[in-house]
Order: sequence, then C-alpha cells, then structure tokens
Amino acid sequence: MIDMWKFTLRRILIMIPQIILLSILIFILAKMMPGDALTGMIDPNVSPERLEELREKLGWNDPWHIQYADWVGGLVQGDFGQSFRFKMPVTELIGERIVNSFWLSVATLIFTYLIAIPLGILSGRYNDSLLDQTITGYTYLGFATPLFIFALVMLWVFGFMLGWFPTSGSVSPGSEPGTFAYVMSKINHLILPAIAMALIATVNTVQYLRSEIIDTKQKDFILTARAKGASESRVYNRHILRNSLLPIAAFFGYEITFLIGGTIFVETIYNYPGMGLLFFESITLRDYSVVTAVVLLFGVAAILGALLSDIILSLVDPRIRIK
Amino acid sequence: MSEKLLEVKNLKTSFRIKDDYYAAVDDVSLSVNKNEVLAIVGESGCGKSALAFSIMGLHNRAKIEGNILFKDQDIANLSISNLNKLRGKNMGMIFQDPLTALNPLMEIGDQIGEALLLHNKDLSKTKRKEKVIDLLNKVGIPRPEHVYEQFPHELSGGMRQRVVIATAIANEPELLIADEPTTALDVTIQSQILDLIKELKDDMDAGIILITHDLGVVAEMADRVAVMYAGQIVEIADVHTLFEKPLHPYTRSLFNSVPNTAQAKSKLHVIQGIVPSLQNLPREGCRFSARIPWIDASAHEEHPELHEVSSGHFVRCTCYKHFDFPEGSSKEEQHHGIS
Ligand SMILES: Nc1ncnc2c1ncn2[C@@H]1O[C@H](COP(=O)(O)OP(=O)(O)O)[C@@H](O)[C@H]1O
Ligand code: SF4
Ligand SMILES: [Mg+2]
Repeated sequence: MIDMWKFTLRRILIMIPQIILLSILIFILAKMMPGDALTGMIDPNVSPERLEELREKLGWNDPWHIQYADWVGGLVQGDFGQSFRFKMPVTELIGERIVNSFWLSVATLIFTYLIAIPLGILSGRYNDSLLDQTITGYTYLGFATPLFIFALVMLWVFGFMLGWFPTSGSVSPGSEPGTFAYVMSKINHLILPAIAMALIATVNTVQYLRSEIIDTKQKDFILTARAKGASESRVYNRHILRNSLLPIAAFFGYEITFLIGGTIFVETIYNYPGMGLLFFESITLRDYSVVTAVVLLFGVAAILGALLSDIILSLVDPRIRIK
Repeated sequence: MSEKLLEVKNLKTSFRIKDDYYAAVDDVSLSVNKNEVLAIVGESGCGKSALAFSIMGLHNRAKIEGNILFKDQDIANLSISNLNKLRGKNMGMIFQDPLTALNPLMEIGDQIGEALLLHNKDLSKTKRKEKVIDLLNKVGIPRPEHVYEQFPHELSGGMRQRVVIATAIANEPELLIADEPTTALDVTIQSQILDLIKELKDDMDAGIILITHDLGVVAEMADRVAVMYAGQIVEIADVHTLFEKPLHPYTRSLFNSVPNTAQAKSKLHVIQGIVPSLQNLPREGCRFSARIPWIDASAHEEHPELHEVSSGHFVRCTCYKHFDFPEGSSKEEQHHGIS
C-alpha cells in the first residue's frame, strides 16, 4: 500500500512540469495568432490611436515574459481574462459549460463502456465466429464513419424526423434548476449526443478488448488454469477477463483525449452549450482569451486523464506498483 | 506386477491447418504405471507437448483419435466438465516455462489455492490457506507466509517453477505430467527441481510422464524411456536397455549428439536436417528416412511398425538389422557398411 501512495505521489509530481510546459505552449500559440480581439470586433469608427491605447492599457505591449507571468498569475487566481464577445469574465463563461461538457463526457464514457465491454468480450471469446465477424464489421464501419457526419445523421433521424430527443441546448428553457424535471431535461438533452459519440468512440475499445482477449486466451497461465480443472466460465471470469481488461484501463487516458476532440464536433452539431461549442465559436470569432482558456483546460483534462489511467492501472496491476 | 495407471492406444492428434488435418502425434501407444517415471525424449517440435496436452485434454481445436485410458476410463474425447473432475485432482501438469505459467495478476496463494478450491468446495478458507502454506513448504519455498501474498513477478524462475509444481501436486494426483520442467531454468536450479520431482514421486506414489530432451535427466530420473520422432514413438524400452542397446538410428543419433559421449565431432554419424514441420512431413514411407540419406534407399521399410525385440523393448521398423552401427563410426564407413 505504501508503494501505491509513493507511486501516486510521484505520478502527480510528474504532472507539474507537464502543466507548465502546456501553459507555455499555449501562451506562445496565443501570441502567434494573427490579430487580436481588438482587430475585428470593435466599431470601425474607433481610431487606431485609441486601439493602441487600449492595447497598452491591457498590457499587450509588454515583454512576453511579463505577459506570461501576468497571465499565469491570473490563472492561478482563477482569472482567465475577459471575453470580448460576451463581455464577461472567461471564468464565468466557462463555469456552466464545463459542467455541461463534464456530464456529456461522463454519459459518453458510460455508453462507450456499456457497448464496448460486452461486444469486445463476445468478439474475443468467440473469435472468427459469425458473431465476431458481425461485431468486427461494426467496428470497421465505425472507423470509416467520420464522427460529425454520424452525429448529423443521428440528429436528423432521432431529433428531427422521429422527434424523440431535443435538437439543441442542454436543458429545456423555463425548467427550474433543482427540480426533478430539470434533471430529466438535462439527461434528455445529452443522451443523443452522448450515444452518437459513444458509438464511434467505442470501436477502438471493442477492437482493443477483442485482441487482448484473443491474446490472453493463448497465454500459458490459461493452460495452467485449465490443468487445475477450472471450468470454462471460471477461466474466463477469473483469468482471461481480468488480464484483458487491464490494458483497457490504460486506454482510458486516450479515451479522454478522443472525447475532447469529439465534444467539439458533437456540441457544435447539437448546439449543446459546452466547452466544445464554446471553443468552436470562439475560434470563429477570434475570441482568443476564451480560446486559450479552453485549450488550456482541454490540455489539463488530457493530462488528468492520463494520470487517472495510471492510477487505475497501478491499482489493478501489481507489476506496476512495485516499480 | 505394477498397476497400470495410464494407457494410451494408437493416439493420433491432428491440427487443422488451412483445410487439412496434420498429425502432430501419430499412432502413439504407451503406458505408465504407478510409481513409475516414463521419460519422453525427442527434438523440439517432435510432438512431445502435443502428446502431453492430448492426455490432459488441453487442446482446444485438435482432432483426437485413439484411446487414452486413465484407470480404465477413456478420456480421449471426454467433455470438458467431466475432464475437469480429473484435471488438477487425479492428474496434474507442470509446464515448461514458469515465467508464463502463472497468472501475473493473482497472488501465489490464490493460484495454488484455486487447485484446492476447485476440487474441494467444502474446504474452509483458513484450512485452504494452511494447506497452501504446507504445499509451499513441501516444494521448498522459504518464508511461505510471505510468498503466499506475493505476485509471480516477485519470484525467481526457480521459485516460480516450485509454485507451479505446488499447484500441480496440490491434490496429490496419481498422474503427473512434467513438460520440460527444467528447460527454462539455470543448470543449478535444474537439478534442484528434478530432485524435488523425484522426492514428490516417492512421496505420492504417482506415475510421472517426464518430457525432456536432456538424456542426462533421463538417466537420472526415468524408469522407462520413449523416444519420439516426428510425432511417432520410434523406440521404447526400460532405461537400462535403451542406454545399453539403442537400436533405432534416431535413438543412436541422440546418444551421439550428447557432447560428452562424442569423442570427436567428426566421428559422429550426422543426422541431417531438422524435424520437418507438420505440413512437410512425408505422407508415406518412413518419416525418418530422409534424415539419413547416406543409407541406401532400398534398405528402408515401407511402413515401419513397432516391433517388440525383447520384453518391453519396442523399435519402429526392423531394418535397423541391416545396418551396422559401430560405436563412433563415421558416416562414410556406415555407407560402406550397408552397400
Ligand atoms: N495448436 C497447434 N496448431 C497447429 N500446429 C501445432 C499446434 N501445436 C503444436 N503444433 C505443431 O505440432 C508439432 C509438435 O509440436 P510440439 O508438441 O509443441 O513439439 P515439442 O513439444 O516436442 O517441442 C510442431 O510442428 C508444432 O508446430
Ligand atoms: S525405414 Fe527403418 S531404418 Fe529406415 S529410416 Fe525408417 S526407421 Fe530407420
Ligand atoms: Mg514442448
């Protein structure tokens, strides 16, 4: 157990340089972007002198390291700057959206694993059967289908044609926060985008799990288990599954990264007010303080995902704990 | 007479490769008595493991023909659930590579305990743990309480093989199959493991099939020896007879390829080539003839059968009689000898 804590602590310490590096990268990228929020957004009647004055006041003419220090200093206090488009602090803007995206991601992950684990297990256990071929066929289809097209089709069919699900927003207007109806409406709004994303996201995991199972099936220790007299179901449950699900835990970090990419498409298509939609809108409107904040948070989420992966893995894999 | 434990009759184990079946074990007959060690020797790829797996029912996609009588019950094509009543209880198996034979995610104690649990559901958890600790002691593992909670990667190869052995003998099986149990281990560890197996054999009165390609091991451990080549037994005899009077050219070649018996490398009658892969085995005629091309083709038998040359000594084919294999003769001399 002590090893476990040591491992976790060390793993968390590794994150610090990762996050610093990320922030520097994002800062440099933000500075390299052509123009700034003042370039296009402000009344053309404002004179260039006045703009220059504004830039000076905002500290945009300071040397880069001062700007970086200012920026990081703000971040640490939860100040991501001002959104020029929404005329409000970025922190406030992000607040509710991050929660929306979080729930959308959780729902997507749940659907992903609900689909992937049984399909992967069946496909791996009965490999080369008709069932396996059908499941593998689905994964190929999933690989070949771009997420945004699939999300659009789902929206069209289940949102517009059948009308089973709302087609935009994250909650019905007029719902009272805290009521049961509010929660149900929230859930109702995220089911369709979550399923759309999960059906595509899951194919990686299905294939991965399938090949892990096929691989584990041929391991020597499975023979040992059979030679002990373990029944087929015991061989699967005790020996094959545990060993095959392990790498899936390691895959979790990758899944988070996929989700971040996925939310940008899906939230935009479903007009779902989350970080992905905010990112898309801010990019098109050059609302750079928002873009940097969102990218930074995406980066942190990916780093945290990898951390979570490693911790889960170290919990289930005794070989990692010792190292 | 000693009691017959296992009798294999005309066993043929075939694997499906593409659309054809290829026999990795072909027409193998042998028997093992209680408290007897039958060694099976042969080059790698000759079907030793395939034979062992057939007996244990561990092949999942092979065609098994012939009979495998374990205490008079034919287990050749027994259902998995019936087989599982015997596996781990009446028959145990020790595998070649201890580094891969244990589940990396399971504590040692649980892996050995599983063998107990599967065949005795009534055994309480504490009793089971006691028995596992006993077993760990028995196979010579120091600090068994500590090792009980360790994972395989924390143990050395030799220790892991002891764990594998403890698992195999957990329920005191009547038949123990050891498939090259020391091949993957250091020389010093090898003899320790062999001593352990010998000790356990006397202890349990078990019949043992010991698969090896090490004639030193055979000399030390075996009561009887079966020599396999390309899926077939080419010679079988008690250990003294076989060492003193090997008849089949392949058996002789095995003795000659042991470094310390060969006085000079140049004087060996060299067996050419390697064991052909399953698909490339000659479909008819003798499977071995291609490897001794210096012998006149007309001297070979068309369908070599096992012949009993003296009590309990069987040789495949009688044509060995035509050849004179003087000790240490060179292949030229031999060629001369037959023609
Ligand atoms: N499951 C299998 N499918 C196809 N061929 C196999 C299988 N298992 C073993 N073989 C083949 O059968 C032959 C005998 O293998 P094996 O019994 O492992 O040899 P040994 O244990 O004597 O080294 C080899 O040619 C091997 O490639
Ligand atoms: S036919 Fe007889 S002598 Fe010739 S190779 Fe085969 S076993 Fe040996
Ligand atoms: Mg083998």
